[in-house]
Amino acid sequence: MISRLLRTIMLSLAATLLTLTGLAAQEAGGTLNLIVQPEPPTVNIGVNRLGPTTYVGNKIYESLLTYSADLKPLPRLAQSWSISDDGLVYTFNLRRDVKWHDGQPFTAKDVVFSFQKFLPALQARSRLNLAEVKGIATPDDHTVVFTLKAPYPAFIYVHNTAVLPAHLYEGVSDFRTAEANSKFIGTGPFKFAEWKKGSFIHLVRNPDYWDAGKPHLNDIFFHVIPDANSRAIAFETGQVDVLRAGDVENFDITRLAGLDGVQLTEAGWEFLQPVGYIHLNNRHKPLDDARVRRAIAHAIDRQFIIDTIFGGFGHETNGPLSRLSRFKDTSVETKYEFDLAKANAILDEAGLKPDANGVRFELQFVPLPYGELWQREAEYVREALASVGIKVNIVATDVPGWFKRLTTFDYDLAENFVYTTPDPAIGISYAYTTLEGDNAGTTGGNVHGYSNPEVDRLLADAAHENDFDKRKALYSQAQKIISADVPLIWTHDIVFPTLYRTKVHNLIATGLGTDENFADVWLAK
Amino acid sequence: MALPRTPFLRHPGAVAGALILIAILLMAIFAGILFPGDPWRMVARPNLPPFSPGHLFGTDMLGRDLAAGIAHGAQVTLLIALAVTLLAVAFGTAIGAVAGYFGGWVDDVAMRFTEFFQTIPSFLLTVVIVAIVAPSLASIILAIAIVSWPQIARLVRAEVLSLVNQDFVRAARVGGLSTARIIWGHILPNVLSPVIVAASLMTATVILIESGISFLGLGNREFVSWGYLLGTGRTAFRVNWWLSTIPGLAIFLTVLSLNLVGDGLNHWLNPRNSNRGGRA
Repeated sequence: MISRLLRTIMLSLAATLLTLTGLAAQEAGGTLNLIVQPEPPTVNIGVNRLGPTTYVGNKIYESLLTYSADLKPLPRLAQSWSISDDGLVYTFNLRRDVKWHDGQPFTAKDVVFSFQKFLPALQARSRLNLAEVKGIATPDDHTVVFTLKAPYPAFIYVHNTAVLPAHLYEGVSDFRTAEANSKFIGTGPFKFAEWKKGSFIHLVRNPDYWDAGKPHLNDIFFHVIPDANSRAIAFETGQVDVLRAGDVENFDITRLAGLDGVQLTEAGWEFLQPVGYIHLNNRHKPLDDARVRRAIAHAIDRQFIIDTIFGGFGHETNGPLSRLSRFKDTSVETKYEFDLAKANAILDEAGLKPDANGVRFELQFVPLPYGELWQREAEYVREALASVGIKVNIVATDVPGWFKRLTTFDYDLAENFVYTTPDPAIGISYAYTTLEGDNAGTTGGNVHGYSNPEVDRLLADAAHENDFDKRKALYSQAQKIISADVPLIWTHDIVFPTLYRTKVHNLIATGLGTDENFADVWLAK
Repeated sequence: MALPRTPFLRHPGAVAGALILIAILLMAIFAGILFPGDPWRMVARPNLPPFSPGHLFGTDMLGRDLAAGIAHGAQVTLLIALAVTLLAVAFGTAIGAVAGYFGGWVDDVAMRFTEFFQTIPSFLLTVVIVAIVAPSLASIILAIAIVSWPQIARLVRAEVLSLVNQDFVRAARVGGLSTARIIWGHILPNVLSPVIVAASLMTATVILIESGISFLGLGNREFVSWGYLLGTGRTAFRVNWWLSTIPGLAIFLTVLSLNLVGDGLNHWLNPRNSNRGGRA
C-alpha cells in the first residue's frame, strides 16, 4: 500500500519535473539514435580516420578549426588565428576555458604533442603536414605558432585533425599501442560512456563543455546493425533518426525519402568532396597508352552509372577535382562523351585490332567491396567494355584484398572513391605526382602509376604558391593536362545523401556534415 | 540388384518431382535458344516488374532480363550439382567399398580420413576453400565435392560390410575371382540402390551450398547462378521484391523436386520398403 503511494508520488514528481524542464528549454534533452556502419575498430580519431571512426570520434575529440559549408575556417579549440602576409606564420589563439573529459586543463602543449608527435606517428597525411613545418612555438599556454618552410595555403585546411590529451601519453613511446588510445578522453561535447561490441556505442552529454549551454542532447547511441535491410527497417520504425549514405543502398534512399516526417539533404560533403574513380593501371600495357585510356572513357556511359546505378545521386565530371572545389576549371577539361564508335576508332588507331572472337585485349577488374552498387557498376563496366572488344574479368575480393592489389599495382581496373578535400595540395596532389616503387605499406597514393613531369612541377608549384589567382591558374594548367591524359576514369562527382527525421534539427551545420561534433543538434519533442 | 516391385509411377509425389525436374532440365538445356546471348546483357528498361511484355520475370536494376538469368543460371547450377554428385559418388564409393571389403587397418585409416572431413562444418569448409582458391567453375565443384563425399563413403562402407560375408560373395571368392572383380561385379551392384537415393538427395544439398556461396558473393562472376541472383536481389527486396523471390522459388522447386524424386527412388528401389507393398 505504502509502496504504491510512494510510486504515485514519485511518478507525479517526475511528471512535474519533465514539464518544468520542457518549459525551461524546448531544445534541450533527448536521445539521438544513429547508425555506425560498419562497426569501427576504434573511435579514437587520432588512431585512424576511417569513415565510421570519425563519425563517432568527432563527437568526443575536437580539432583547432572546423569549416563552414563555403569552406571558411571556423573557430573550435582555436578561438582566433592569424596568417602572416607572406603565408609563412600561422598563429592560433586557443580557448582558455577548455577541460579534458578527465578534468585536466587543455593547453598549447596538447596541440603541439598531437601535431608534432602523435598524429605523424600514426597517419601518413599528418607526416606530410609536418614536413611543411619549419618550427612550432608556444609563447604561452594558449598560443601556438607554426612557421612554415614555404608558403603552403592548404595549411589552413589541415586543422580538422584530432587534438589528443598529452598528459595521458607521458612516458609512452609507442603511440600505436598506447593504453590511453582506448580511454577516449577528448574535449568534445560528448563523453564516451559504453561500447557494447556488435551492438552499440553510447556517448553522453559533457556537462563541463566549454560552449556553455551546449550540447543540447542528453546522449547519443550509435547502433551497429550489420544488414542493409535491417538498417532501412530501423529507420522506418523510428528506432534510428538518421541514415547516412552507405547505410542503405541508394535505391532504398529514394524510397525512404518519400516517408512522412523524413527529410533528405545532399549537404555536408563540402569539406570532403568525394569523387568516384575507376583506377586504370598506367603501368600495365595497353593502359600505358593515353589513347587506350581515352577510348575506355568514351566507352563508359557515366550518366547511366549516375542515373541507374547510383539512383540519380551524382554529377558528371571529366577531371580530378570535385564540382565543390574552388579550383575546379571545367573550361580546360577534355569532355569524354559516351561514344562507342569513337572508342572503337581510337582502339583501332592504337593498333589493338579485335581477334576472331572480337576481343582486343583482356583486363582484370577489382571492384570496391563496399556494397551492392559498386558491384553493379563493375558488372555494367564489364558489359560496356565488352561492346568495344575489351574483355573484362571481375576479380571478387574482400576489403584487405582490394586494398593490397590497389597499392601494389596488382590490377588493371579497380573501383574506388576518394575524398578530394577543399585543397588540391592535400586532396589530389599525391594521387597524380610521380611515384617511385609502389604504394605498399601506405594508405594509398598514386595507385594508378601515372607520371608526367610537367604535372609534377605544376602541382608542386601550386601547393606552395601564396597568391590565390596564380595558384588557380597553375591548377587549371594541371587539370588541363590530367584531364587529357585521363590517368583514371572519374565516374562521378559523388553526392552522398543523408536522411533524417524532421524532429532532428541542425544535423548538418557545417561543411563537415555528420562528421561535425553535434553540439548544436537538438530534437523537437 | 533386387527388382522393384512397386512401379515408380505409383508415387504421385515422386512423379510430380520428376516432372518439375524434367521441366527445369529442359529449361537449362534450351537456355541458349530461349534466351540467346549473354544473360548479363542489359536489354531493357531497369526495374521492370514481372509479366512485363517480353520479360516474363521483369528486369533488375541494370535492365538485365531476370528470366534469361534464371534459365542460364539453371545451366550453371545444375552443371555444378551434377558434377559434384558424380565426383563425390565416385570417390565416396571407392573409399567406402575398400574400407568395407578389407576391414582391419585399411578400414581404420579410411574411416579416420573420412571423419576428418566430417567433423569440419561443411559449408564453412567450402567457403574457406573457395575464398582461398580463386573462384572458378572447377574450384567451386571441387570445393563442394570435398565436403560431400564422406556421407557416401560411410553409406557404401555400411552396405559393403553387410554383404561381404554373404554366401554369394564367399562363393565368388572361392571361385577364385579377383578382389577387384568381386567388388565391382558382385558387391557394388547390390549397393547401387541406396547410393542412387543418397545421390539424388545430395544433388539438392549441393544446389543449396552453391547458392550459399554465390549468395555471399564468393561465386564466379563469369556465370549467372541462382544463388548470385538471390544474393544480389536481396538488398533490393523492398524496392524490387521479384529479384530475390523468383530465384529463391527456382532453388526451392528444384530442391523440393529432387527430394521428392529421391524419396520415390527410395521406395521404389529399396527392397525392404517394397516388401511391405501397398504404398501409394
